[in-house]
Amino acid sequence: MVVSTVLEAVRSTLDEALGADDSIFIIGEDVEAGGVFRATEGLNAKYPGRLIDSPLAESSIIGISIGAAHYGMRPVAEIQFADFIHSGFDQLCSEASRWCYRTSGSANLPMVVRTPWGGGVHGGQHHSQSIEAYYAHMPGLKVVAPAFPADYRSLLKAAIADPNPVLFLEHKRTYRLIRQEMDGAPAETRIGRARVTRQGTDLTIIAYGLMLHESLAAAEELAKEGIDCLVVDLLSLLPLDVGTILESARATGKVLVVHEDTLTGGFGGEIVAIIAEHAFEHLDAPIRRLAGPDIPSMPYHHAMESFFMPDRTKIAAAARELAAY
Amino acid sequence: MTSVTMPQLGESVTEGTILKWLKQPGDRIALDDSLCEIETEKVTAELPSPFEGTMGAILVPEGETVDVGAPLCEVDVSAAVPAAVPAQNGAVAAAGSWSGGPMAIPPDEAPAQPEPALPAARAASPASAARAPASQSRPEARERFYSPAVMRLAHEHAIDLVNVSGTGIGGRVTRKDVERLINARTAKAAATPAQPESAIEAAPAAPAARPGGSGAYVTVTLSPTRRTIAENLKRSNLEAPQAWTMVEADVTGLVALREREKARFQLQEGVELTLLPYFTAAVCETLRDFPNLNARWEGEELRQYDSIDIGIAVASENGLVVPVLHGAADLSVAGLAKRIADLVQRAHARKLRIEDIEGGTFTVNNTGSFGSIASKPIVNYPQVAIVTMERAVKRPVVVANDAIAVRSMMNVCLSFDHRAMDGLDAGGFLAALKRRLEAIG
Repeated sequence: MVVSTVLEAVRSTLDEALGADDSIFIIGEDVEAGGVFRATEGLNAKYPGRLIDSPLAESSIIGISIGAAHYGMRPVAEIQFADFIHSGFDQLCSEASRWCYRTSGSANLPMVVRTPWGGGVHGGQHHSQSIEAYYAHMPGLKVVAPAFPADYRSLLKAAIADPNPVLFLEHKRTYRLIRQEMDGAPAETRIGRARVTRQGTDLTIIAYGLMLHESLAAAEELAKEGIDCLVVDLLSLLPLDVGTILESARATGKVLVVHEDTLTGGFGGEIVAIIAEHAFEHLDAPIRRLAGPDIPSMPYHHAMESFFMPDRTKIAAAARELAAY
Repeated sequence: MTSVTMPQLGESVTEGTILKWLKQPGDRIALDDSLCEIETEKVTAELPSPFEGTMGAILVPEGETVDVGAPLCEVDVSAAVPAAVPAQNGAVAAAGSWSGGPMAIPPDEAPAQPEPALPAARAASPASAARAPASQSRPEARERFYSPAVMRLAHEHAIDLVNVSGTGIGGRVTRKDVERLINARTAKAAATPAQPESAIEAAPAAPAARPGGSGAYVTVTLSPTRRTIAENLKRSNLEAPQAWTMVEADVTGLVALREREKARFQLQEGVELTLLPYFTAAVCETLRDFPNLNARWEGEELRQYDSIDIGIAVASENGLVVPVLHGAADLSVAGLAKRIADLVQRAHARKLRIEDIEGGTFTVNNTGSFGSIASKPIVNYPQVAIVTMERAVKRPVVVANDAIAVRSMMNVCLSFDHRAMDGLDAGGFLAALKRRLEAIG
């Protein structure tokens, strides 16, 4: 029986990938020493020369990865905190994402950018951000945000094998928090597929990352009150599993979308729009969004951080209202 | 407005029945006043009011059984205090959906203050409650909001929502309320079909109920022809297990041939040249090789006929008639064209004689004349097969050497009585017919 944390799942997958394919290398800040979250711990000794410490310059980390991928390598870049990725925005969105399209599909760009995102670790303004909405707006990129270790494993594998750029989001709060018995655990192997993690008839909760776990905890609580929640783990934001979203929305007619990113322009809006557009006649209540408030994320103080972050209590409260509607 | 819910009267009790309402909407209620009598499988008890105020809408009528926790009635607890709260857009903050902060526009200047997340909460606000007549046992129809899901279900099942009691916020009718009603109705219909439905249930699904309409209709008396058609088709569908199959034929040559010939034909023969006589001729030739299809199912025997007598389905304003081309296999394309023109003209003029419509051994249906490209005909009982000629349409198709060409393509559909033959015969017939059609021209 193998129980793995999210972090161990990431590390062992990187280990296997480096062992299996010589063209794979890792580049990022302090990755040789194991990285701030220890995701690459021990790999430099095992694969000498395959981990490259970069300067503190995210645009060059991504730029170097693009160049290497052009030359047949399969770079796996690590951005130390998602909050810092934006200086590489131009490289990712103006260069990497467009390559396959610019070449009419005749050339690919196999590269992965891994980065820890999200709050809940008292990281304050610059170590807590949710960045998915900016990048999930970019056709040509794939954006993956798993919740369970087994999915981290299989989807990171899929991301590395993918012929085009994948932004792989690792929720830092879940790194050591979420454990899973790996043998026989359901694992989604295809980028772009969501999973109904819990069946229910009263309302549908759609979430990803840490919020998926909070939603499941809320659903357990609500079940005791007789409120039966269907919970969808999105897993991938781009491409998005529209079919599963619509099916789950139609199943209950009531939908709560949860993310910790701020509300306005957050990724939840896209999900809500899809449901409103294609499942209108099945809706039995206004679609609810539960998200971080529209202030720059995220305060450092414990109480204020809790104020910012949606959690199982807030999710349960919103779900109760929706169930009663 | 505050809801009073069905209490749990004893362990393991999951539901209760309202025996009698002791208070009516508008009555003043003191704390612990008895609101109603409730019967469960274990006890009968009076329900003391947990609130002080004025009795609001009764949500569960007498005699109805509901789950523990379901709202039973509303009590307006604010009634003692004059409503000083501003009306409609009550100050209900939409928790988690919008928040101010340093970047927020001051509310006075805010162009669009977000609405409360759950608009129906407004229905329960003091202001709207005051508008509703106190004697009303349920919220007035115009006060009620129906979600898209509820509207759709009501429409599909012809339910009059005004009569449905709601368990949602403010008595809103939820999707589950409607689904419960539909399930109850289905169960009841299955158990005792003749029982009238109780008052709480929606308008009965009487024949007149036309979803979404006024229920008005016009009676059309069925003509003897219509009755005969109905009887024959019903019999065919009830008695003959019918299978369906279709092939696609490249009729580019045939279409071109007809184009070349039609002007001259009209001049010489005096009738229009269509694809139908060519098709009928091909059918006759093919039937020679598949006698199983040129047959009638008579009682427990199959009668194969020597003569090929093709029925041609004609859609006239007087209804469907199927005049018969007796001895069709002996006719040329020109002969068929003339005979078909004659039969069609007389069908429209109601001048067909009895022998014109009797004795068919196989039927051809020119569904392509309606623009159809695929159809599923019903076998003309007691015949055992019917074939359709669909519209010939130009389509890009893959031809030799994987090239793509624009060809005139026609679907040919066959329904057959599976008692009389199997797919081997039916499929063989269609394949042979396809070869013949493709060879023309």
